[in-house]
Amino acid sequence: MKRSARDTDDSARTITRRALFMGGAMSAVVAVLGARLRYMQVDQADQFRMLAEENRVSIRLIPPNRGQIFDRNGRLIAGNEQNYRVVITREDAGDVEEVMHRLAQVIPLPPESIRHSIEESKKRSAFVPIVVADRISWDDMSKVAINAPSLPGVTPEVGLSRAYPLDTDFAHIVGYVGPVSDRDLAAQETPDPLLQIPQFQIGKIGVETWMEDTLRGSAGNRRIEVNAVGRVMRELERIEGQAGADLRLTIDAEVQNFCQARLGSESASVVAIDVTNGDLLAVASAPSFDPNLFVRGISYKDYAVLTENDHRPLSNKSVQGAYPPGSTFKMVTAIAAMEAGIINANTTVYCPGYYELGGRRFHCHSRGGHGHVNLDTALGKSCDVYFYDISQKVGIDKMAEVGRKLGLGERHDLPMSAITEGIMPDKAWKSERYGQEWRIGDTINASIGQGYVLASPLQLAVMTARIASGRQVLPRLVRSIGDQEVPVAEAAPLDINPAWLRAVREGMHTVSNKQHMTGYSNRIVDPAMIMAGKSGTSQVRNITAAERARGVISNDQLPWNRRDHALFVGYAPYDNPKVAVACVVEHGGGGSTVAGPIVRDVLIRILAGKMPPLTAYPESQRARIETALSELKLRDFGGPLATVASNSRA
Amino acid sequence: MSFLEYRLQTVPTGLRKVLHLNWALILLLTAVCSVGWLMLYSVAGGDLSTWAEPQMKRFAVGLTIMIAVGFVPIWFWRNISAVAYLISVGLLVTVDLMGHVGMGAQRWLNLGFIMLQPSELMKITLVMMLAAYYDWLDVKRTSRPLWVLIPVLLILIPVALVLVQPDLGTAILLMGGGAVVMFCAGVSWIYFAVVIGGGAALIAAVLASRGTPWQMLRDYQYKRIDTFLDPSTDPLGAGYHISQAKIALGSGGWTGRGYMQGTQSRLNFLPEKHTDFIFTSLAEEFGFVGACSLLALYALIIAFCISSAIQNKDRFASLVTLGIAASFFFLFAVNMLMVMGFAPVVGVPLPLVSYGGSAMMVLLTAFGIVQSAHVHRPR
Repeated sequence: MKRSARDTDDSARTITRRALFMGGAMSAVVAVLGARLRYMQVDQADQFRMLAEENRVSIRLIPPNRGQIFDRNGRLIAGNEQNYRVVITREDAGDVEEVMHRLAQVIPLPPESIRHSIEESKKRSAFVPIVVADRISWDDMSKVAINAPSLPGVTPEVGLSRAYPLDTDFAHIVGYVGPVSDRDLAAQETPDPLLQIPQFQIGKIGVETWMEDTLRGSAGNRRIEVNAVGRVMRELERIEGQAGADLRLTIDAEVQNFCQARLGSESASVVAIDVTNGDLLAVASAPSFDPNLFVRGISYKDYAVLTENDHRPLSNKSVQGAYPPGSTFKMVTAIAAMEAGIINANTTVYCPGYYELGGRRFHCHSRGGHGHVNLDTALGKSCDVYFYDISQKVGIDKMAEVGRKLGLGERHDLPMSAITEGIMPDKAWKSERYGQEWRIGDTINASIGQGYVLASPLQLAVMTARIASGRQVLPRLVRSIGDQEVPVAEAAPLDINPAWLRAVREGMHTVSNKQHMTGYSNRIVDPAMIMAGKSGTSQVRNITAAERARGVISNDQLPWNRRDHALFVGYAPYDNPKVAVACVVEHGGGGSTVAGPIVRDVLIRILAGKMPPLTAYPESQRARIETALSELKLRDFGGPLATVASNSRA
Repeated sequence: MSFLEYRLQTVPTGLRKVLHLNWALILLLTAVCSVGWLMLYSVAGGDLSTWAEPQMKRFAVGLTIMIAVGFVPIWFWRNISAVAYLISVGLLVTVDLMGHVGMGAQRWLNLGFIMLQPSELMKITLVMMLAAYYDWLDVKRTSRPLWVLIPVLLILIPVALVLVQPDLGTAILLMGGGAVVMFCAGVSWIYFAVVIGGGAALIAAVLASRGTPWQMLRDYQYKRIDTFLDPSTDPLGAGYHISQAKIALGSGGWTGRGYMQGTQSRLNFLPEKHTDFIFTSLAEEFGFVGACSLLALYALIIAFCISSAIQNKDRFASLVTLGIAASFFFLFAVNMLMVMGFAPVVGVPLPLVSYGGSAMMVLLTAFGIVQSAHVHRPR
């Protein structure tokens, strides 16, 4: 269609006008866009930059290495062992099932763990490594490494895991670690974020749990860059954590091993303490168990074996076991009587074989009686009537006071689990506990360490150390933390007249060194190691009148769990006390025949610093003892301190 | 015949047309495309072959097509406008009936050698159709209701077909482009005032119809509106994209975090970083300076087109140039408004920068027509 020139000009003018208007509108929009850009990129840049950082940076904890535990000489008790495991990453593996089946031909893998790994890998993101096999041997590890080309996505890894090279010897003292349970988390108000790390281990019992804070150390962390689906792209910063502090215990691993071996299969405990500073040299409890089983997760079967054993391997009898101390308590009764001014070392009491009180007869263990006995003989022959008599005059409260000064009825503060405070009864205790009045018969029973009196082997060892030193010896288990020695102050003198202590010590010397006395057969003949001791045989049942009429049944004829406990406490050397030892053999029979020899062996072992030399024993016993010592199943420590502090394995 | 209107002797012929091409415009388009290659290389994590290289090849082809189209006299394009429009509508119908489903919408038509998006094609042919219509129409009749109704129908037919797909973004762009041609042709202000008023009423109706049986949009579209109005309501779902886009954009600062250093795009926090959200990558890595530079390039392209249109005395040539410029403007403006949180996420790519062959081919062809109009302008 032909258009007039005027129309064309009009049209062009309209278009120009409108185009310019449109251009103006567009400029306005562009200006708005620019302004918005400026607002977001300049004014709000910091805020958005922060959000971007939050997006990309993630903080992961680095678990610290757990502090190691050594014996007093630096032998490793609890260390961190390298643990080989195999992981698979789905994105590298491609066909996980195929690779898993190939892997199963290289190393032994149970079918259920193969299935579990395949399922797990499907659930997780493709780049998350899944643990396929844990704690595999070095051989299997090498096989995986060699076959790497045919196992895409499979990587052998090395991790650290707790290991107890001295296994059963320190199970009761050091305890073990295990995975964090919900209960562990609930127990803490603000749980350490470390506890949330999968496979993190914390102390469950013993030193491992009581010194947890020291051993754990503090977490390090690494700032990593992650992408939108959480894959780690790179590490931005790494702050190493503080490894847990190493502990050095007062225990001598070799002595401890000797004690465990010496107790053998008995249900028994022996505690050895350094009289001069309270260092516990051995705290043995038999039977024991292998703590490594618990670290790896104990099987139901293994656990059942431990719990069903009537010798209670899981129980730390040294500190948890509360036993009637029997005649080992007689030193307390004697000191109380002397403190009260009722007797002195020369006071004699006549023993006809029984003691009559209120129409009831309390028997001495010697039916025929001991005749006239003074303190020395009373302790030496363990005459019950002597102590019945003096306890009547001194009363339970004075006895309890002396008992407490010697550490009975007191919970010694050590980093071990379930430490008992035992019972040092008095009138107030009974009325509170039973709502009953203290009866005179109770004092009679208490005077020979029966009745309500209960003490742990640890308490008996401390009591002996206090009698031997005349000082308020406090037991301690930890010698140093990190490089820091735990200071030990000289113990204050006991609040007991030294003369009475001396009298009791003389009595204990008599027990172990005079012919016809209860401990004579357990004497040490080496003049540098002369021992002073006291035996105890405590009943675990009441002897009925009918039984008594038939005559006392010997222990051998009773079922094991009804036999008497055998106890013995002793220290050496007599003239310069260095070590005190207490031993309890549950249902072992006679204190002087069963527990006494153990105490003697342990004392000699410690004082000699090596396997007990036969010269320390009476000549007549040497042949028998030589055989017995050679039959002990001792650990081979590979020479003196050859294995010090080696954490890693080649 | 209308080509008689041109004084033929002044129009360059043969290879001499090369000298008369709008070279400034070609340089600007190449510059924008280069920004695209740069960013595609970056968001691919420093890999050329993923996106950047195919995009370069397509540009080479597109550039050739643009110059070829520019060589063809503008009256040829005017004369085929109606046919092109009808073919486009036909293709839209075809794609609605048997198109390839991608990203939840039927948009693609497989022609065997190329995956064609007819709605892209429609953007130019609609503008051409309307420009040809106003070129044909007596100027005095421009604002008569009946003669206004015809172009409105011409616009609404493809808009309806595109909405069925459903592709709200393209529908808006078609309406915008068409409206600009009508506006520049001189249609009375009153109509626009009425339409804008009506549009506002329609939006109100759309929002009000939600949840009723005669609901006018799809649920996901409503959801996008919700998210647009308040991204924080669904920070990990539908709002995630826009939140992450804003973080990327904002964290750029003045000069950006450095080329290939944008954490949001490099670590995949950004969605669709090679297509709809590529501008945020650019803003993150080159900052305010980089983002404004691209904005300036776009603005210059528009300015050159408007300037060319004003100088051109041919009604069809002016209108088609303005219509194409406006369509181009709407593309980048909607995309930028979208990634800045000013508009709902409607799925509009950044023109010439976002990865996508079909869109770039169509755009370069359109600029070929602009070149043709420029070369063959009456002197």
